[in-house]
Amino acid sequence: MTVHPINWHTAFFMLYAVVACTFGVAVVVSSNIVRMALYLIVSLGATAGLFFLAGADFVGAMQLFIYVGGTLVLLIFGVMLTAKGPFISMRTSGGDWIVAVLLSGCLMALLVPAAFSVASWRNERHAAVDAEPDDSDTAVLAAPRTVAAAHQPAATEEPPAPFIDDNGDGIPDVQPKTATALGLGLLGARVDAIDAKPEMRPGMSGYLLPFELISVHLLVVLIGAAYLARAKRRVR
Amino acid sequence: MAPYLANYLPQWLAYLAVGLVQCVLLLLIPFVGAMFFVWVERKVSARIQDRLGPTRCGGKFGWLQLLADGLKLITKEDLRPKDADSVLFLLAPYVSFCASFTALLALPFSNGWVAQGLDVGVFFVLAVLALEVFGVILAGYASASKWSLFGAMREAAQVVSYEVPLGLCVVVPVLITGEMDLVKIGQMQQGLFTNWLIFHDPFIFITFWVYFTCATASVNRAPFDLAEAESELVAGFHTEYSGFRWLAFYMAEYGSMFAVSGLAAILFFGGWNGPLPVTQLLGLTPEHGALAGWFGNFLGLLNFVFKCVAGVTFMIWVRWTLPRLRIDQVMQVCLKYCTPIAAVMFLGATLWTYFVPGGLVLPSMYAERYVQFSAVEPAAQASPATNVARPGGEPADGHRLSAATRLDSGQGAR
Repeated sequence: MTVHPINWHTAFFMLYAVVACTFGVAVVVSSNIVRMALYLIVSLGATAGLFFLAGADFVGAMQLFIYVGGTLVLLIFGVMLTAKGPFISMRTSGGDWIVAVLLSGCLMALLVPAAFSVASWRNERHAAVDAEPDDSDTAVLAAPRTVAAAHQPAATEEPPAPFIDDNGDGIPDVQPKTATALGLGLLGARVDAIDAKPEMRPGMSGYLLPFELISVHLLVVLIGAAYLARAKRRVR
Repeated sequence: MAPYLANYLPQWLAYLAVGLVQCVLLLLIPFVGAMFFVWVERKVSARIQDRLGPTRCGGKFGWLQLLADGLKLITKEDLRPKDADSVLFLLAPYVSFCASFTALLALPFSNGWVAQGLDVGVFFVLAVLALEVFGVILAGYASASKWSLFGAMREAAQVVSYEVPLGLCVVVPVLITGEMDLVKIGQMQQGLFTNWLIFHDPFIFITFWVYFTCATASVNRAPFDLAEAESELVAGFHTEYSGFRWLAFYMAEYGSMFAVSGLAAILFFGGWNGPLPVTQLLGLTPEHGALAGWFGNFLGLLNFVFKCVAGVTFMIWVRWTLPRLRIDQVMQVCLKYCTPIAAVMFLGATLWTYFVPGGLVLPSMYAERYVQFSAVEPAAQASPATNVARPGGEPADGHRLSAATRLDSGQGAR
């Protein structure tokens, strides 16, 4: 086995993370709304790359489909709103800056400790005592669960890699499969938690209720949108 | 391939080399494919309009015309309007091109011959193909031209609308096979052509035609090419483009035509499996040695490319046969016809797979082979990280909503 000068997994993580952060800042700094949308697309696309890198291929494809695709609509609105004059730029007033910094600062103060409080995300896996992952901290459904689930089985033996890597080159040997587990979780069967907790048997766990609630909610929203957008007067 | 090469080369070099080879092979499709399809388009349109098409350039059939076209486009001056948003204007063609090219990454060209096999291949291809419209909108906006802007807005409205029925159509084969992995969907259709999903039930047969209509619309081809309607918008979103950037748009269009045709081939027409299981009858499978398996895969590749070319040719045929629709007609086709039909077909296919799980078609010649495949697969994947995500684990076995298991039991009972 040769010596590897670069850990490719880390290198690609850095690349995607830097791209995501840089273009995230660019969204804030830019004053042209269409360029902002483009930067947002790049930033969200890099986040999708991070998901693929973490082995969460379904979430990555979702990110591309929903977030990047959803920015499309934002872009269309941007074009429609600013197409009256040639390339209108928007200035942000000082008051808006203060409010925005306050709000985003609060959010960041909330998110950063939350991220560092997840035991299996800390870099102390060699301690092996607290390496036992806790499934209750998977408040955000998909991404943390994938990482936590990937760490779970190897907790007893050796420091686990987030993917199967027999030849140690930092590139996964087998593509991880997350779509089926996620789908089953939404239908009420937590395949990943079934061994750990006996009460997690099919039909007794999972996210069926939130899934149904969200579905009904979306249906209501769609009907409401169609109702609001209907023709107000009958066309003769 | 990469682990094999790594025995002789440094590991990083081996992976780099394999990645580069795959990229170059895939780049051939938009580059060479576009040249070939432009030539086909010229010849087919000429035949439909009762004339000969290019004949002078390059002797018989005017085959050198494609090189002449390419040379002309590359040597053209790269123009940019004075008022254009320069960064976006220069970037837009490559956004389209990248989206179209990335979709090919997850498309298997033969059994296991895929640049990046993904568990959610169908979903990924759809998601990436939908991004192609970004380039169009950016181009329309950045050109600072009214024609371009109109074209881009029409394209945006059209693509956003047609995503819905397209997604509904693609869900039907996924529902029947219980897989989103394009390689596995292809493998399940092995055997006689009666195993192709389009012959699975009447609903999916209709679904295919809806899919093809929506796919034509989503790659912006006639009769849905309102974004570049020459009769009213000069050339639509690429009015201000010339030379290589225009060529990039064109290659993106042909690349995504190839991609949606390839998706149709895998989802409905058996992918790389021919109408008769010739490779299996001749023993050209990996069990008979690596070379035989390679040759069988190569025949599969020819099959697949033939199906893709047939799909693209069909689109060309449609383009030169039907007149362009108006924008309200385009929306009507999507909202009043394609979406309801796709929804009904989805429901119908659901009921069909519920009541007739094995299908009414002849039992597969190679059903046993598939049973072996599905029995071996979980064992091969029984490694730490996939262990938790594995669907076939004992507790959840009864809950696996996969047609694979149903197909197996159906054929076992037969």
